[in-house]
Amino acid sequence: MDDRVLVSVRGLEKRYGPGCGSCRELTGPDRGTNVCPQCGTVVAMAGVSFDVREGEILGVVGESGSGKSTLVQCIYFDQEATRGEIRFRGQNNDDDILGLPRSEKRKLRGRLMGMVYQNPLRGLRMDITSGANVAEKLLEADLFHYGRIRARAAELLARTEIPPAYIDRLPRSLSGGMQQRIQIAKALANNPPLILLDEVTSGLDVSVQARVLDLIRELQRELAVSMIVVSHDMGVIRLLADRTLVMKDGCVVEQGLTDQVLEDPQHSYTQLLVQSAL
Amino acid sequence: MGYVAVQGGTTAIENSRKLNRYLRLRGESAPLTVSQIMEQMAPLVDRVMGEGGLYSPFHAALAIKQASGDPIEAAFLLRAYRSTLRRLVDSLPVRTETMRISRRISAAFKTIPGGQVLGSTSDYEQRILDFSLADETVETQKEVVHDFEAGARPGEEAPEPAEFRKVVEMLREQGLVPPVPDRPSPQPTDITQESPAFPLDRSGRLQMLARAETGGVLALAYSSMRGYGNIHPTVGELRVGRVTVQIPHPWRKGTAITLGSVSITEVEIVAKTAPQDSEEAKPTFALGYGSCFGHNEVKAISLGVLDRAMRSPSPRAPAEDHEFVLLHTDGVESSGFCSHFKLPHYVTFQADLDQLRAMRENEE
Amino acid sequence: MTLNDLLPPIRGFQYNFAFIDEGVKKEIRRALLKAVALPGHQVPFASPELPIARGWGTGGLQVTMSIIGPDDVLKIIDQGCDGSVNAVNLRKLLVATTGIRTTFDSREATVLQSRHRLPEIPLRSDQVAVLQVPLPEPLRLVEPSEVETRRMHSEGDYARMWVSLYEDVVQHGAVSLGAGYPVRVNGNYIMSPSPLPRWDLRMLNDAEHLTLLGAGREKRVYAVPPHTSVRPLEFEDQPFTVENFAGMTCARCGSTGTFLDEIYDEKTGLATRVCSDSGFCDLVREGAVPRRGRLAHG
Repeated sequence: MDDRVLVSVRGLEKRYGPGCGSCRELTGPDRGTNVCPQCGTVVAMAGVSFDVREGEILGVVGESGSGKSTLVQCIYFDQEATRGEIRFRGQNNDDDILGLPRSEKRKLRGRLMGMVYQNPLRGLRMDITSGANVAEKLLEADLFHYGRIRARAAELLARTEIPPAYIDRLPRSLSGGMQQRIQIAKALANNPPLILLDEVTSGLDVSVQARVLDLIRELQRELAVSMIVVSHDMGVIRLLADRTLVMKDGCVVEQGLTDQVLEDPQHSYTQLLVQSAL
Repeated sequence: MGYVAVQGGTTAIENSRKLNRYLRLRGESAPLTVSQIMEQMAPLVDRVMGEGGLYSPFHAALAIKQASGDPIEAAFLLRAYRSTLRRLVDSLPVRTETMRISRRISAAFKTIPGGQVLGSTSDYEQRILDFSLADETVETQKEVVHDFEAGARPGEEAPEPAEFRKVVEMLREQGLVPPVPDRPSPQPTDITQESPAFPLDRSGRLQMLARAETGGVLALAYSSMRGYGNIHPTVGELRVGRVTVQIPHPWRKGTAITLGSVSITEVEIVAKTAPQDSEEAKPTFALGYGSCFGHNEVKAISLGVLDRAMRSPSPRAPAEDHEFVLLHTDGVESSGFCSHFKLPHYVTFQADLDQLRAMRENEE
Repeated sequence: MTLNDLLPPIRGFQYNFAFIDEGVKKEIRRALLKAVALPGHQVPFASPELPIARGWGTGGLQVTMSIIGPDDVLKIIDQGCDGSVNAVNLRKLLVATTGIRTTFDSREATVLQSRHRLPEIPLRSDQVAVLQVPLPEPLRLVEPSEVETRRMHSEGDYARMWVSLYEDVVQHGAVSLGAGYPVRVNGNYIMSPSPLPRWDLRMLNDAEHLTLLGAGREKRVYAVPPHTSVRPLEFEDQPFTVENFAGMTCARCGSTGTFLDEIYDEKTGLATRVCSDSGFCDLVREGAVPRRGRLAHG
């Protein structure tokens, strides 16, 4: 693996359905659908390949149904990819990790990745306190010292600009913006080299969005952590991403430096997206 | 006898009724007497009184006879009968501290003031099928009764206390259980006179629980005990015995008339910590209360557990949702609605058929 | 002549030695062997119904029935007491179906079946403890679904259990779990030790004896082989503590280092303390063993 590459994804595919020989042929951006007309299989993601470098933010943009959320969910092992390989530098001898047993993947995920979901109900447990949500990540990484768990949780909440008293409050009693911050704190808990953010600001008020995005940018600069940011909002991509993948109907139609993709889109779909962005 | 929906319905129903009666009586055995049921099937009679909401062993036994032993059907008969009876007066609150104990245990402490009284229970009987019962005769009956009565020597030991002090009171004195609030209790809801409005107050809940179907409340309480929500219950005290029923004297203010006594089972569950009113208040246990007519321990314990579970501050499990518990555990209502699905649903079903056929056509 | 010929029929029926038939015993023994090979792991077994009610010790009973032989000496206790009604009842059934010798002296027993306590005198390598378990699944505290808890065990995914302990400390300043405190066995599976008081957990750790645990209603057996580590779940900076009996003495034998029951005099209503392990208490009163002084707890 190249020195600067943290994560390498090759041929990542996710299908729902029996699959037939013609699925790939009959679906995709040229066909305008990700449902195979022959067998009804949904090709949510059709063989995606890309690298994420150390300390870079990779944006993934596309409309709903493009496969962008499926992409991060497969990387985070929330969903099981149908096919493909993922390599993480320094892990499993730089070999594919998708084939590892579930308990191994769980441990790897705990150490190497953090995830922030669009809907806090997916990323947080609402029946335990904010502090406990962060503690869960720390405990997964075998930190069994109450005082240190407390201190680290407090530190993370402070870093994500959450009032210290909220450490013992239930997330359900807090605002959407706060809940996203708790998710971010939780994602950072074990200092993972990779953070995945799936439409994290899409459900928030515009002013709250701006503050959360600022926070994400600051944290990334400070910690030099790699990120994959999924969004349908070109503005978010422009703000955060160094490089960008454009997805449609399960395929990557264009990728490159964000500036280039936005200023000089090559693919017709990218052009359409850029034009329609407000 | 063909059951033709449009015509002949009346005849079929009449024939069915005759058939029921015939099936009950056509065997070689002599007709059951109501006394036999009252005396030799007391737990069943107690259960039916509880679920029927009417204390009268005779009427419950009669209902059981009529229902050929089906407990839900018998409770139904009893409830229906109850509706025909005129309501005369409300009794004074029953004081279970003065219960004439026939059985009284606590799982919380090994010995308790007044002592543990095992009484009549099958708890420690080994459930080994006893084939000798198939040959029980009037002679064996006389023998058993004679032997027991000859062996019993009342009055030899020190007389029992007139009142058995409640275990919960002991805990209350030590501040381990919340104190009884100073303010007077509000007038209890009467669920037989007004339909329960949710969220339902505690008096309404306890009433609904008291009449609930045993299997239903057992299932839900069991779910709580197994971990769907967990209140961590201990049986603080279980009492079975007779309590006096009194009514206020119609004209001599301040005096009461004793009507008689009824047998009840009462359980006080001590459960994990009660939610505190304030940050500074010291933690206490929480209580769950269950009581029902007659001797029915499984039901009373289940009621106590559910009473506490339903007062969880953040309900998550089914047993903690008081609407769920109370609306689905009345045996008469639930069995009635269940059975109603046997009524003709021809029209509604025709609508479904129509819809499905249309959808299938669209696919082509 | 077989063993069965030596036993009288019960209510007109001739039962097998130790009541259950040999096929059932075989299945249970296989499950037990697997359990011993996988310390702390719950092994399912068929657990057919017995004449004793579910929740009243059918699991422990089936384990005892499967391992007991005519030369064994049996002690059965309930919360420490041989005379407790349920212990009496179980003993009756076992004696009626085996004819074996019973004892109240834990030193004499070869098989000790117990509900929720271990004897104060540590068991030896020639003794087996059989514990009755109501709820074998320690993760039930945080997860009601059996499918999910099995997955959690198989993946060693115990974070949620630890989170509940964390929340407990946040709310109460310390872990407030009482009896049945979850333990880590052999550094691997999290196990419920049955509702033993915290006081007894040290007796499970690196013990001379084998401990078998049976949950009849839930249909699981599990085991702690001798010399296996059994450590209560604790945070590094929140040391595990046992029940506090400081300043208390057993009113019957004078011991100050045993687990004490709180009892209320039937007549006077006054509270006193007596050893929960009634067999031990009796031995002290007879002068057979010295009274127990204050123990150093770790």
